Amino acid sequence: MSDEDEIILSELDDEELVQQMFDDLYDGLKEEIEEGVNILLERGWQPYDILTKALVGGMTIVGYDFRDGILFVPEVLLAANAMKGGMAILKPLLAETGAPRVGKMVIGTVKGDIHDIGKNLVGMMMEGAGFEVVDLGINNAVEKYMEALETEAPDILGMSALLTTTMPYMKVVIDTMVEQGVRDDYIVLVGGAPLNEEFGKAIGADAYCRDAAVAVETAKEWVGRKHNQKTA
Amino acid sequence: MPLRDTELTEDGLSPSGVGRVLLIACGALAREILDLKAANGWTHLDLTCLPAKYHLTPDKITEGVRESVAKHRAAYEQIFVVYADCGTGGQLQAACDDLGVEMIPGPHCYSFFEGNARFAQHSETEITAFYLTDFLVRQFDAFVIKPMGLDRHPELRDMYFGNYEKLVYQAQTDDPDLTRKAEACAAMLGLSFERRFTGYGDLATTLERL
Repeated sequence: MSDEDEIILSELDDEELVQQMFDDLYDGLKEEIEEGVNILLERGWQPYDILTKALVGGMTIVGYDFRDGILFVPEVLLAANAMKGGMAILKPLLAETGAPRVGKMVIGTVKGDIHDIGKNLVGMMMEGAGFEVVDLGINNAVEKYMEALETEAPDILGMSALLTTTMPYMKVVIDTMVEQGVRDDYIVLVGGAPLNEEFGKAIGADAYCRDAAVAVETAKEWVGRKHNQKTA
Repeated sequence: MPLRDTELTEDGLSPSGVGRVLLIACGALAREILDLKAANGWTHLDLTCLPAKYHLTPDKITEGVRESVAKHRAAYEQIFVVYADCGTGGQLQAACDDLGVEMIPGPHCYSFFEGNARFAQHSETEITAFYLTDFLVRQFDAFVIKPMGLDRHPELRDMYFGNYEKLVYQAQTDDPDLTRKAEACAAMLGLSFERRFTGYGDLATTLERL
């Protein structure tokens, strides 16, 4: 791109800037996203609005194009990395301004599995959608999940696995929840490349989520349902 | 005609039409199977391969095997599928059961090359190992670097491999050039290196009984 074509973010009006941030997220341009977030903050935007309208809006498009086979994992990771840059600026401000919280999720990859790209994407998209996310990291034994459920009291437990050999461990966790009489206290969502809907049902999860965007939609739907049950 | 790794990756391999048992295999196993066949005089075995690149999208494996069985069933007495589960989450086994054909046991080729029983013994203590076979070392760019975008965005390396500690090169053959390349792959990914000679492991013993 020549100098005369260069876009000066600060010269764009709000609508153009948000649109440009969608493009920059799509292209994985972290510095531009950070700059865009700072400009919107200077213009008096609320952190929650920047998060939902600019960042999540942009990542949703990335999610759709990933689902439709237009974008692939490397591009999604670059976009996620750019969003992470924006989130790092917004996160402390969101805590200060008391942004609305949709629900809480404990998430981690199961014992024997160190593959956390999907789990990290889900965690980030969930945070973007207004969920509080407690990330247990990788290689989690059932005891770690159970302890986190007790101490964090989340709405949702999310489990992730990439390997055929590790995915059955999800059932170990769910069976333990059943044994301890707490299974119905939580929404259990599972995901990972070798999983499918049938597997999710067979192990007693509430839903299988094929990607991060689906995970967010599913989480919102189930949390909404849970709240409705409580108020009914 | 000599086998070309790029063709095995992209297109697979057509059967020769000779032999009473057809092996439907992953393109990544073609050389190994043909080597075993030649060494043991298994003239009753014919081989067709699906593109090795299906490993990047495992849902294509089950569908590809189904189509291949349907296409070739009438021409052979027996069909044997030389894929392990390979990331299909049990769907390939279910399809084989449905089609009435057998497949090689195990979670993936890293396991059956080493021997499923032996691999299972250390699988829980070796979760931070990234495995490469002879084929994957030769096709490292096609299976690792390019699909992960590391040629265009090397900064993504640690997002993919940050939780791994070592690269285990499971050598099917003794080839100093491949070993050197595997070592270079480990360095590129920022991992320590281990060469582990496996030979053909359970692949040989499984094909032997057909």
